[in-house]
Amino acid sequence: MSDKLSLLVESSPQIHNSDSTASIMWTVTICLLPAGLWGIWIFGSRALFVLVASIAASVLSEALMNYMAKRKTLMDGSAFLTGLLIGYNMPAAVPFYVPVVASIFAIVVVKWMFGGLGGNFMNPALAGRVFVFFSWTSQMTTWTMPRMLKAADTVSGATPLGFLKTGLIDFNGSVSGPAQFLAQQGYPQTAVDGRVIDWINSTFHTHLSGGYYDLFMGNIPGSIGEVSAFLLLLGTVYLFYKKIITWEIPVSYLASFGLLVWIFGGRRYGLSFFSGDILFHLFSGGIILGAFYMATDMVTSPLTRKGMIIFGVGVGFLTFLIRFYGSFPEGVSLAIILMNISVPLIDKYSKTKRFGITEEKGKNNE
Amino acid sequence: MKGLKTFSIGGVHPPGRKYLTDRKEIINAVIPGTFVVPMSQHLGSPSECLVSVGDKVSEGMLIGKSSGFISSNIHSPVPGTVKEIKDIYLPNGMLSKAVVIELEGEFDRLGKEQDTEDWKSLSKEDLLGIIAESGIVGLGGATFPANVKFMVPKGKKAEFLVINGVECEPYLTADHRLMLERADMILEGIRIISTIVEPERIAIGIEINKPDAIEAMEKAAEKVSFPLEVVPLKVKYPQGDEKQLLKAVTGREVPSGALPIEIGCVVSNVGTVHAVYEAVVLKKPLIERVITVTGGGIKEPKNLKARIGTPISSLVEECGGFSEVPEKVVVGGPMMGFTIYDLDTPVTKGTSGILALTSKEVKNTLRTSCISCGRCVNACPMGLNPTTLFKYIDHGEYDEAEQIGLLDCKECGSCGFICPARIPLIQGMRLGKKMLRKKKVKA
Repeated sequence: MSDKLSLLVESSPQIHNSDSTASIMWTVTICLLPAGLWGIWIFGSRALFVLVASIAASVLSEALMNYMAKRKTLMDGSAFLTGLLIGYNMPAAVPFYVPVVASIFAIVVVKWMFGGLGGNFMNPALAGRVFVFFSWTSQMTTWTMPRMLKAADTVSGATPLGFLKTGLIDFNGSVSGPAQFLAQQGYPQTAVDGRVIDWINSTFHTHLSGGYYDLFMGNIPGSIGEVSAFLLLLGTVYLFYKKIITWEIPVSYLASFGLLVWIFGGRRYGLSFFSGDILFHLFSGGIILGAFYMATDMVTSPLTRKGMIIFGVGVGFLTFLIRFYGSFPEGVSLAIILMNISVPLIDKYSKTKRFGITEEKGKNNE
Repeated sequence: MKGLKTFSIGGVHPPGRKYLTDRKEIINAVIPGTFVVPMSQHLGSPSECLVSVGDKVSEGMLIGKSSGFISSNIHSPVPGTVKEIKDIYLPNGMLSKAVVIELEGEFDRLGKEQDTEDWKSLSKEDLLGIIAESGIVGLGGATFPANVKFMVPKGKKAEFLVINGVECEPYLTADHRLMLERADMILEGIRIISTIVEPERIAIGIEINKPDAIEAMEKAAEKVSFPLEVVPLKVKYPQGDEKQLLKAVTGREVPSGALPIEIGCVVSNVGTVHAVYEAVVLKKPLIERVITVTGGGIKEPKNLKARIGTPISSLVEECGGFSEVPEKVVVGGPMMGFTIYDLDTPVTKGTSGILALTSKEVKNTLRTSCISCGRCVNACPMGLNPTTLFKYIDHGEYDEAEQIGLLDCKECGSCGFICPARIPLIQGMRLGKKMLRKKKVKA
């Protein structure tokens, strides 16, 4: 019976977990889809074309690099995911060459110049985004209004954070926080938002100003994939369930950022310490997308749990600094990229505790 | 369940698939016409072959003699004639001298009533002598000579005797069935070993995926005069490794590079304990063991008591053959076992299972670059960093690998199991250790 069999001979372990690099990449992609569909719905078909352009450029660049490096990595899904994330970080009205250049830069320069998947030290999608942001700043900051806020005369408008940044420069009045500031200055809101906030205020006896519902659901101008905090969070439920991401990076990121906002956030409105509006800052801009889908990029985040927490706190701190004291309204991409660069250092100083090595013995060994 | 004991660092949860055989009683395997008995079935130096072609051997006759301190005796599994002495490849890839025996003549033991020995008058040294004579090695898989293991060095004291009933390898149910069917004999074996090592406390660790075995051991423990603590453990691989088992049961950590006796512990697997019972009470050398023949590719998975030297093909045939073409045939458990390419490879003392695994069970996919997900780091029960170790070894930097703990690696397979990039991490660790040994021999 043995002469007919051809048996595989390999080293143990003989069985494997079901997750593979490709399954991880494609699962993340699927979890991102609801937020992207929302972006296409509210910003129109233009948003879809931007996504198609960035994904196509990214996948074709990967194919080209595959050809040159004689490797086959197209099906691991990483290039598709990079393209998708670049598209998610674009305004819907951006000229098509912008996402295309971002994708080419991400795949060819950031990823393949360092050896392809696994070799890059920066998140390719974010590096691509930052590259085009500094190259075409005005195209990258022209925002389409979502369909529910589109009045006859306004086609484009500012994001809540952008509106805040410019509005606060020479503002002398008094407000209780960013949401009230926006409401006071006539930032558009949907009718549903008014009803939901009224209901929350009357049911829970709170005094929220309008706008939080729009922020949370994504009825605001912004990048295609970042606006709906709700749908992005919905996707993370599956990511956590499949254990593709762990709590360390997102929680330490959001917690450290939230803490800093709470302590210092009120100062720019002339308020006391410990009065910042955490909710507003968590649901505006790209924080949710960044914390759950970009900072958690495995290649460019630390290996150990301890390292991940240091990394997350670092990103939170930098995001806070850039958002509140920098000249940009947003800070997520830059903060993540800066921390990506410090990952080797973090890895060096956040080793795991070894079994059977006591403190003294460990020292002797070194 | 909360509050259950387990080890603290790392570990993985591979699919258990023990349901294939955990309700199947141990049955004696069919005795084939030809046996191939390797002279190297244990950790340490190979046994010295005592027979030559044409010799008549009887059942249980010594045919391989222990050739050093860490070595073991080997006995003929059946009566017969030595047909050939040849070199064969063992599942782990090592070349070993093997005695081919053709079945012939009368069995001395099989089917006959055996006298039981009253061993209580025997001294510690006598008991150790019997264990050494009978060629007993650790049956959990490491195959370390049992007499050496039970010899407590001068100046050391064994506080704990911990019996390993964990059987954390997926698929395997040999120890599970032994505990269910032969609890009293295991208890007698424990009593023999405790006479030798004189521990203050005796415990047996069993994972809670075997509630019936926990119950059986508790029931049997009520009947004996010495106290045996039955410790239920949370299910987690590799809890059956002695370092992890000791951490789980006693809370103590074996220091890096040291043996369990350093922290006052002696560990023995239930299969070994049962073999000690048979050797001392029934005066039977180690010529057979329980083997789980299972896997998605086996028609009727079974727990078989097979004689050492039985060709694997004979056992597979007894289980109805293959139900579908297996991707690989594994000797041992799926996490630490070895693949074989030749089904005529014989069963040895360390063979705990024979698995025919289908591609659905193996889940091989394309290897990619390391994506630094850190899963291997979180899975390593020794707190090592497998991906960094692998990179050092891949670049030939063996000393750097040693510095970050390569020699602590036990090749349990947790990292390789969890790796989404399917990097052959364990193969790397083995290569690294081998290169280090080579370097040290040269220096």
